[in-house]
Formats: sequence, C-alpha cells, structure tokens
Amino acid sequence: MAKLRLLFVKENQASYISHLDLMRTFQRVFLRAGIHLKHSQGFHPHPLISIVLPLPVGQSSDCELLDFEIEQDTDGAGIAEKLNEGLPAGLLVRDCYRAERPARDFAYLRARLELDYDHGVPDGTLDALRELFSRDEVLVEKRTKHKDLAQINVIPLIQSIEWCEAENLVTADVVCAAQNPGLNPALLSQAVAAALPDRASDFARVRRVELYDKDMNLFR
Amino acid sequence: MDKRLERILPRVQKPARYVGGEYNAVMKDKARVDTRVAFCFPDTYEIGMSNLGMRILYGVMNNMDGVWCERCFHPWGDMEEEMRRAQMPLYALESGDPIGDFDVIAFSVGYEMAFPAMLNMLDLAGVPLRTSRREALSPLVIAGGTAMYNCEPIADFIDLALLGEGEEQIVELLELYRQAKREGWDKGAFLRRACHIGGVYVPSLYDVSYNDDGTVKAITPRDGAPARVRKRIVTDMDKAYYPAKTIVPSTEIVQDRVTLELFRGCIRGCRFCQAGYVYRPVRNRSKDLCAQYARESVEDSGYQEMTLSSLSTSDYRGLVELCDELEPFCEQKHLSLSLPSLRADNFSMALMERLQKGRKTGLTFAPEAGTQRLRDAINKNLTEDDLLESCRRAFAGGYSAVKLYFMLGLPTETDEDVAAIADVAAHVMHAWRESATNKNRGVRITVSTSWFVPKPHTAFQWEPQIPIEEYERRVALLRERINTKTVTYNWHPSPTSFMEAVISRGDRRLCDVLEAAFRKGAKLDAWEDYFSLPRWLEAFDECGLDPHFYANRRREHGEVMPWAHIDVGVSDAFLMREHDRCYEGVTTPDCRTKCSACGANCLIGRACDG
Repeated sequence: MAKLRLLFVKENQASYISHLDLMRTFQRVFLRAGIHLKHSQGFHPHPLISIVLPLPVGQSSDCELLDFEIEQDTDGAGIAEKLNEGLPAGLLVRDCYRAERPARDFAYLRARLELDYDHGVPDGTLDALRELFSRDEVLVEKRTKHKDLAQINVIPLIQSIEWCEAENLVTADVVCAAQNPGLNPALLSQAVAAALPDRASDFARVRRVELYDKDMNLFR
Repeated sequence: MDKRLERILPRVQKPARYVGGEYNAVMKDKARVDTRVAFCFPDTYEIGMSNLGMRILYGVMNNMDGVWCERCFHPWGDMEEEMRRAQMPLYALESGDPIGDFDVIAFSVGYEMAFPAMLNMLDLAGVPLRTSRREALSPLVIAGGTAMYNCEPIADFIDLALLGEGEEQIVELLELYRQAKREGWDKGAFLRRACHIGGVYVPSLYDVSYNDDGTVKAITPRDGAPARVRKRIVTDMDKAYYPAKTIVPSTEIVQDRVTLELFRGCIRGCRFCQAGYVYRPVRNRSKDLCAQYARESVEDSGYQEMTLSSLSTSDYRGLVELCDELEPFCEQKHLSLSLPSLRADNFSMALMERLQKGRKTGLTFAPEAGTQRLRDAINKNLTEDDLLESCRRAFAGGYSAVKLYFMLGLPTETDEDVAAIADVAAHVMHAWRESATNKNRGVRITVSTSWFVPKPHTAFQWEPQIPIEEYERRVALLRERINTKTVTYNWHPSPTSFMEAVISRGDRRLCDVLEAAFRKGAKLDAWEDYFSLPRWLEAFDECGLDPHFYANRRREHGEVMPWAHIDVGVSDAFLMREHDRCYEGVTTPDCRTKCSACGANCLIGRACDG
C-alpha cells in the first residue's frame, strides 16, 4: 500500500471544472490508467482521494496537489505518464511521489494576480496600490460558509506583495496565507475596487504558482 | 480562450459545460478540414451529452476525413443573457468558433417542445431563421431525431430533415454537400439532389393545400421529389457504429454512465407509444458484440456504471447470457449494471435482484392505466397480478419505495378507470404489508399521472387530447380516492402537455406560430422554468389559428395527416386496425408471440428479430 501525491497543473478549460467534478474526473482518470484506488472500508466505500487545497472555479494553478492511496507498494514512478494519457484538456500531471509531509504543513501560497484595465491603467495606479497595501487594515466583504457576509482584513494574511505594470495590465506577485485561515487572492481585486473605486479593474485573473511551509520552504 | 468568454464564465452557473476540452473530444487541424459541422442539441449540455444518438453521429461524422463535427448546446438563461450582452455569437465547444460560419448546422431533436430552442440557437448564431432567407448553400440547416417524424411545424426553418437512423444517410448527405461545394452548386440544385438520398426529406419541395375546414387537402411533391419519404434504418446492428471511445464530460450530466445499446425497436406494441412504432422493426445486436463493446467502453471511459439500454431491455433475447458473460468483468471493475425500462414480471425481477448490488432504494413501474380493461385497450401487456407479484418480491428483497406511473386521458378512459388507479396503489400497499421484511422502515408508494398526448404515427394519432378542465377533473377524482398517508400522489398542472399535443400533430401553418412565440421569448420551453402558456396562446391568436383544432379534435381515418407523406415503415392499415382494436378492447400479441404484419420488416427485407 502506498500513500501518494500528485502535483498537477489546472488551467484553460480545466480551470472551470469544480472541485467535486474534479474529484469525479480524477477517479475516472485513474481507472482509465488501470490504477486501482484504495477504497474506504465503510458501508458505502468511496475511493481514498483528496485534493489538498481546492482551487476556486475559474482560477488556474501550476501547483495543485492531490493525495490518494493505492493497494500496490510503489514510489509513484511512471504514474504521471500513465495518467496524462487520459486527462481532459487543461490538466497535466507534473509529478507523482510518496506523500511524505502531511497536508497540514503548508502555510503560504504564491500566486500571480492579473488586473485587466481595458482602457489603459490609470496614472499613478501602482503607487496607489502600494500605498493601499501598506496600510494596517484593508477590509473586504466575504461570503462565509453560512452564506452571510463578513468583513475581513486582508493585510495580516499577506506575507508579501509586489506590483508591476504592463500594457493595460497590472500584475501582483503575492505570497499570502494558504490555510487557517487562508486568503483567496481574488479578494485583493475586490479590495482594490472597494478602497480605490477609480482604479477598479475590468477583470481579475488568478494563477497559483507555489505552496510553501511556515519557513517558506517549497511544500510538495 | 475568447476574451469575452473568459469575462462571462465567472458569472454563470456551471461554467464547465461551456468550455469543451473533455476527454475524447475530437480536435482537428482546420487546414485539413473542408467541411465543418456544428452538431446542435436544442437543450442544455447535461441533457444533450446524455443522448446516445448524438454520440454515435459525432463519431460517425468525425470518422470522415476532411469533416470536423463539433458540438453545440443551448446555453442556460444566465449564459444566454451574458452572451447577448457581450454580443458573442453561439460557438462550437471544440474550436470555440461561431457556428454561423460553419458549412452545416445539424440539429438532433427528440422532442417537439425543443423547437423554440432550435430557433433561439439559430438566432444566437446570427443565422436567419427561415430557409427562404438563407440563399447560400451554407450554412445548411438540417435536423434529425424522432421529432422529425412530423417536422411540419418547423418546415420553413430547416433546409432538410433526416428521417430515421442517421448513421448512413448523414455520410451520404455530407458527401453530396462536399460535391456541391466543390462544383459550386446553388442551394436549390443541392436540395433537389439531396431529396433522392434515402431518408432525406426536403420540406420546400412539397406544396401543402388545405380544405375549408382547416384540414390538409393534399401534399404535392415538386421538382421530382418522392411522393413519400421513407425513414432510413441500419439493417444490421452488428455492422452499426458504436461509440466505445466517446466523450467523458468533466462535469456531471444526466446519464453519467456507459450506455450500451442492445437492440433497436420494441416487440410490445403499446398503442400510445410513438417510440414503439417508429423504431420498428426490432434489430438485435449480437450478445458477443455487446459484451465486447461493454468492456471497451468501460476501460476507455473509467465509468463504473453501465446501463443496458433499449426500449424494453428485458426483451433482449440473450440478456441472461450477456449478464453471465459480463458478471466477472463487473466484479473485477466494481462495475454496476442498471436496467432501465424494467417490466414488472418474474424474469425481470430475478435479473434485477442479481444485478442490484448495494443500496436498494426504489423501483419504478409503469402500469399506465388502472384497470385491466383499459390496459387491454392500450395494449399494455401487464396484469395487476404481475405487478403485485413483482412488488411483493421487491419488498421481500428489502425495497421500501415503489413509484407507479399512469396516464390520464387515454382513449376510452372512464371515471371507473381513474378511480381504479387508487385501488392499484392500495393493493401495492397491501403487498408491502404481506411481504416486507423490515416494516420499521415504512414504505413510500408514489403515484404519478401525466396528461396523455396523442402522437403521430401511433394507433392513437386520430384521437383528441382531453381538454384541460377534464384532465383536472380526473386528477381531482383520483386525489379524492387516494387517502392513505403512505401513498403520495404527484401530478403536474402541466400546460406543456397541451402545447406538446398541439405541436406534435401540427401542420406547416404552425411555423408562423413558432416564430411568433419565439419572438415573444419562447426558448427552452421543454423546461417549466421557461414555458409560458399565455405566450403561446397569444402567438396562436396573432396567427389566427386555434390550438384546440390540433390538440382536441377527433380526426377521421380518412383525413390527410400533415405527416401523410412520411413513411416510418408501419402501414396506415395496421395503425387503423390497432386503433379499432382499442375500442373493441382486443389486445394484439407482442411481435415475438406472433407477427401482426405491421409492415416495418419491408425496411430490412426479412422477418425482424422480434
């Protein structure tokens, strides 16, 4: 028996596959590849498969992790290649290896946030953004699990943020808390729209780049 | 990805259904393709992707060199609104290209109430609705599917219809189209040639005249078109293409499993059932081939569920042997088999007990009518004893829920027949008391009634639909009679069934009504979310037509039906005989017991596999 972990990319069309649909899709991908997942032993057995940090629908990622268990004892060699033959467009397994570290060990997420300004980036936007995120408190409204709205301060959840400007585009390289609690980087564009309405973007795009542990070492 | 689409998708429900890219979706190099087909399904992705016919023809077309067939579905309302706001035309899922630029726009239509969705899809694609307004050869708008057996209500919108099974005729049609494109024929020349392909019906080559009372006087072919168009079928199911390697959606669809088609046609001959008549004659796929396709499909898709599909699966001759053969494979793959359209008889129950592993929830039976007299009149070969015996067996085996489906408004139905539905439910309840193994779990018996819609090409095509007031009176009558708490009575105040009765037997004059209803906002009218009866009534009013003329009028055997020139293989004489026998209360044996000479074997030139 082996506890394994997949490192995979989720982008383009696949970024619209919801978490539950992705779990179903992977179960079938494993079967297509002839890999039998270990099942729970309960009355309604279900395959032992879990996605470490579910990605919001519409976002892309280079660093998704999926944990699973199989009956055979293996270090995972060859599994990525087999799985890649049966994946839908936009999913790509980069690696498969023994899950050595427990999922509770990751702490930070590096993401790239892109803000589109269709009619050009307003003058002084970068300075305004830098000023905004140097404050002690920037509040955004977030829908909680219980469907009501809560105000959260995003500043304590941001480890570092660097802004950059290109044509009709502002990008941020952000490192933020990933769990307990984590920050969805998309909320930063909401924060901009709320605090600096003149500089609200026309569209925001998020791509996860890396996961880190609490000492900022890569988490795999 | 299209920038407009990227902006829209975060705001709509279930965006995965609008992006394509699924496993086994066919991608081709545009430079090596000369004919592009947008295969459209006038309903949502979840419904369309559950359709086996769509998967078969997608495979058949994409197996042609130089042809690229892509899929296109009707967006849900939120997506449609966003697309219209962003001025984004309807696009095909594989390439993302607008379907208005394709060579062929092909619809698969199984249900009359999807007609408005077809019009809306053409409109979303920026294609003129009427064939007369589309002068160029492309885009050629064609349609197939069971709803085409009377396509007169959309005759003005489609360039041609494919009648029957499409596997062979679509290839012949696309080859002719490619020749037309190469040689620069105009659309008229193409259509005059196309009407000679077996199964191809070109509505514009037929003139329809009417009598003073509004009935059809004559349907006259022009320019050498055949007087009657006979549907096309695949004669040998073992040579028919089966999509063992097929698209596996990345989001949940309605039939999210492997669909293994065992045979086509049905031996039963229920007099109300359109599928039972229009899919004749019965043709089996051999057991070994079914088993092979089952293995291939499961291995390629990764599905762990498979449905053995047909109009009446327990009538498949080699069913037990097939299940024997598949059993070890199912065990090994943890695969569950399901049998739809189960008959309430001992054979089916034994088989189901064997196949059903794990959770036992509910069983569904369709006695259709409450008394034996009425079941005989509609030729539903089911006795109450069979039904009760099956229920006893199910309850003894641990089932605790039974659903029973009935129709109200069947020909010759009396109040006594309606009231007897309550008795059937009570007897099922009694069967539970007698045989349930665990009474603590209780029992749920659900009775559902629908409003009978007479369909073309059936023994009841001459029958009126009962008016809504009468339907509601019968519902009330039944509701009074059902007074046990364990029996739940479901019925729909469904005005959709009325419009269905109007459109399914409508003539060409309904094209104006359809367009008017569409202009007023009709689209996904198969969904109660979108259907509006007042909108339809207004449309009829504007066009000066009476919907009751189509739905509630008894037609004489001599009347020229709007679909008189469409030949499904079953003879008119046979349908009339079946209609008369209904009133005589005489049943007709199933095709296996005795051939009743319906005529459909003329399509295969031998006795059918009934």
